[in-house]
Amino acid sequence: MSFRKLSLKLVAASLLAGTALPAFAQDSIYVPLFTYRTGPFAGSGTFIADGMHDYLEMLNQRDGGIGGVKLVIEECETGYDTKKGVECYEAVKGKNPVMVNPWSTGITLPLIPRASVDKIPILSMAYGLSASARGDIFPWVFNPPATYWDGMSMIIKYIGEKEGGLDKLKGKKIGFIHLDAAFGKEPIPLLQEMAKEIGFEVALYPVAAQDMQNQSSQWLSARRDRPDYMIMWGWGTMNGAAVKEAVRSGYPMDKFYSVWWPSEDDARSGGAGAKGFKTLNWHAVGANFPAIQDIQKHVVDKGLSKAGKDKVGEVLYNRGVYNSLLIAEAIATAQKLTGKKAVTGEDVRRGMENIKLDPARLKELGLEGFTDQLVLSCANHNGHRPAFMQEWDGTKWVKISNPIEPLTDRVKAQLDAAAKDYAEKNAGWPKRTEACDKAS
Amino acid sequence: MDILYKVFVEPFVFMGEAPDLLIQTLWEGLVSGVLYALIALGFVLIFKASGVFNFAQGIMVVFAALILVGLYEKGVPAFLALILAAAAMLVLAVVVERVVLRPLVNQPDIILFMATFGLTYLLIGFGELIFGGNPREMITGALFLPQGTTEIDALGGSIRLQHLDIAAAVIASIMIGLLAVFFSKTRIGRALRAVADSHKAALSVGISLNQIWVIVWFAAGLVALVAGIMWGARSGVSFSLQIIALKALPVLILGGFTSIPGAIIGGLIIGVGEKVGEFYWGPLVGGGVETWLAYVIALLFLLYRPQGLFGEKIIERI
Repeated sequence: MSFRKLSLKLVAASLLAGTALPAFAQDSIYVPLFTYRTGPFAGSGTFIADGMHDYLEMLNQRDGGIGGVKLVIEECETGYDTKKGVECYEAVKGKNPVMVNPWSTGITLPLIPRASVDKIPILSMAYGLSASARGDIFPWVFNPPATYWDGMSMIIKYIGEKEGGLDKLKGKKIGFIHLDAAFGKEPIPLLQEMAKEIGFEVALYPVAAQDMQNQSSQWLSARRDRPDYMIMWGWGTMNGAAVKEAVRSGYPMDKFYSVWWPSEDDARSGGAGAKGFKTLNWHAVGANFPAIQDIQKHVVDKGLSKAGKDKVGEVLYNRGVYNSLLIAEAIATAQKLTGKKAVTGEDVRRGMENIKLDPARLKELGLEGFTDQLVLSCANHNGHRPAFMQEWDGTKWVKISNPIEPLTDRVKAQLDAAAKDYAEKNAGWPKRTEACDKAS
Repeated sequence: MDILYKVFVEPFVFMGEAPDLLIQTLWEGLVSGVLYALIALGFVLIFKASGVFNFAQGIMVVFAALILVGLYEKGVPAFLALILAAAAMLVLAVVVERVVLRPLVNQPDIILFMATFGLTYLLIGFGELIFGGNPREMITGALFLPQGTTEIDALGGSIRLQHLDIAAAVIASIMIGLLAVFFSKTRIGRALRAVADSHKAALSVGISLNQIWVIVWFAAGLVALVAGIMWGARSGVSFSLQIIALKALPVLILGGFTSIPGAIIGGLIIGVGEKVGEFYWGPLVGGGVETWLAYVIALLFLLYRPQGLFGEKIIERI
C-alpha cells in the first residue's frame, strides 16, 4: 500500500470515528477527568487521578456503570497548567460531558463563566473559588464539602482552642506559607480579615512555583519572624519540600498546620522529624471499606488501575475516591430526578443540587464511616461541612480531633460579599434562571 | 523618609542586632550558591567546547538522579546504581553526539540551541514514561551522605548547620577541583581547551571534535548527577528540579558562559545575594523577591562587565 493510500484510509477512518461519537454518547455517560500525572504537581495529582479513575471504573466493572449505563472515563492531562486545562475543556465540551473536574483553582477560575454558557457543571471539590458556594449566583459550580475559607477558619478555630479561646490569639503571630498562585492566595483575604478582628498578626511567605523545591529563604524568614504557628497552603512538590525545610530549620512541627492537601509521601519526606505535623481532612484514610475493597477486587487486581497496591487507601487516593463518589452520586440522583438513563450535564447539575449523602446512603454505597454526611441544595453548593485534624505519627496519619465546624458566622458575610463582588465585577453576569427542584 | 530608613538603615541595624541570623543567611546562600554553581558548571563545560547553550542541562540533573534512585528501588546496590547512572550519562553523551550534534555540525548556534530544547522535552517524556511523575526521595542514607544538624550557640543566638549541606559544599568543591585539574593538566583537558579556543585550529592539529563532544557531554552528565544527588537530598527528586536549574542562567550571565571560576563565583554571588535580599529586603514588598532578584543582580553586573565577571572579552572587527 502506498503512503498516499494509507494516509487517505487513515483520514477516512478518523472521520468515521468522529461521526460515530454522538451515537456512542446515547448509551453511555461521558465523564472526563482532568488529571496531571506529569510535571511538578504530579506528586499530588497522580494519587488523586488514580482514586477518581478507579472508583468510576469499579462502578463500570461491578455494576455495569450507573443505573445500567456505562461510564466513559477519559483523562485529559493538564500538567496543572491553566492553559492546558482550558484546552482540555475545549477538547471535551463537544462530547457531552456530564461534569468537569478541573483539579486546579487556576483552571477552575476561567471555566466558571463558561459553565453556564456550555451547560456543563463544574465540580471543584474543596478547591476553586470559595464564593462559588453560593448556588444562587453560581448555579453551575459546586465546591463541596468545604471551601478554602471554611478550611482556614477551621485551622484558626483549632489553634484558638489550643490557646484557650479565639481571643487568646490576640498578639500572636501566624505565618502563612503558600503557593504563589490563585490557589495559595485564595484564603488570604479571610485570614487578614480574621487577623484584624481577633488581633493576631499575619506573616506571608509566598513560594513561587519555580522555587517549590528551594524554600530555604521562606523558612529562614520564619526563623526571623518567629511565628507562633505556621499554616501551609501547598500543592505538589511544595508540600514535601516545606515539611523537609521546616524540620531542617528546627520549626516545632506540632505548631505546623496545613489545609487538606499533603500526602503521606509529603510527610514521610521530613523523616522522623516530621512527627507532629497536622493537616485537615474530612474522610477516612485506609482501604477497610467495602467500596474500596471492591476497587481492589474489580480494578486493581485486574490490572485496570495505574495505582500501586500500597497506594490504595492513602489520603490523596481516597480524596480522588471521594471526588468520584460525588460525581457518581450526582449522576444517580439526576437519573432518579429525570427518569432518564443517559443523563446530560444539565441533569447532573440538578443531581448535584439534590445530593443527599447521609449515613444510610453511605452504608448502602459501601462507605459507612468513610466521611461525614453531605447535603447540597439549590442555594448551598458547598455544604460547609466540618473537617477534622489529623497528625503525622511518623508512619501514618492519625485522627486527633472531633469534627471542627467552620466559623460560619465569620466566613459567611465575607463569602456573600465576595460572591456579590464577583458578579458585579464581571459585567453581565447572568441572573440564575435555572429552576430549583422542590427537594433542594 | 520612612521608606528610605526601611531600605537603607533598618536591614543593616537588624544584621547588627541578630548576627547569628546573618551568618545563617550567608551560610544558606553559600550552600545554594555552590549548588547553583554545580548546575552552571554543566552549562559552561558544553558551551566552552561546542558553543552550545545546553538547555537540557536542567533535565539532565533530574534524569541522572532518577536513574540512580530508580535503579536502587529495583534492588540494585546504591554504589552500583551510582556507577550505572554515570554509565547512563555516558550513553546519553554518545547518543547526543551521534544523533543531535553530528548531523548539525556547521549549523548556526541557534539551531543547536533549539536542538537542546527538543532534547529537554524528549528527556522529560522519556523520564516520565520510565519513572512516572511522582517525586522520589534521594537515597541519602544508602550513599552514606551525612544527615542531622549541628547547632552552634554563638553570637547571641544559634546557627544551624546541616551535615548534608556541609557535605554538599565539600563534594561540590572536590568536583570543581577535579574538573580544574582535568582541564589544565591532562591531554584531553588541553584538547578541550583547544576546541574551546578554535574548532578549526583544533581540527588542524588532529583533535577529534566528535570525541571531545562526547567527553564534554559526559562530564556535564557527571556534574548533573552530582547536582541531582545534592539537590535531591535537600528537597526530593522530582521534575520540578529542572526549573531550579534555570537559576543557573543568571549565574552564567554573571560569571560568563565560558569560565569555570566564573560559574563558581557567579553561583556564590547569586546564592548569597538572593538569600540576603529575600531575608532583609523581601518583607518590604511582601516577600517572594528571590525569584527575580538573581536576574537583577546579574543585570547590574552586566552594566559594568557585559562579558560577565570572567567571560572572554570579545573584540570583533566590523
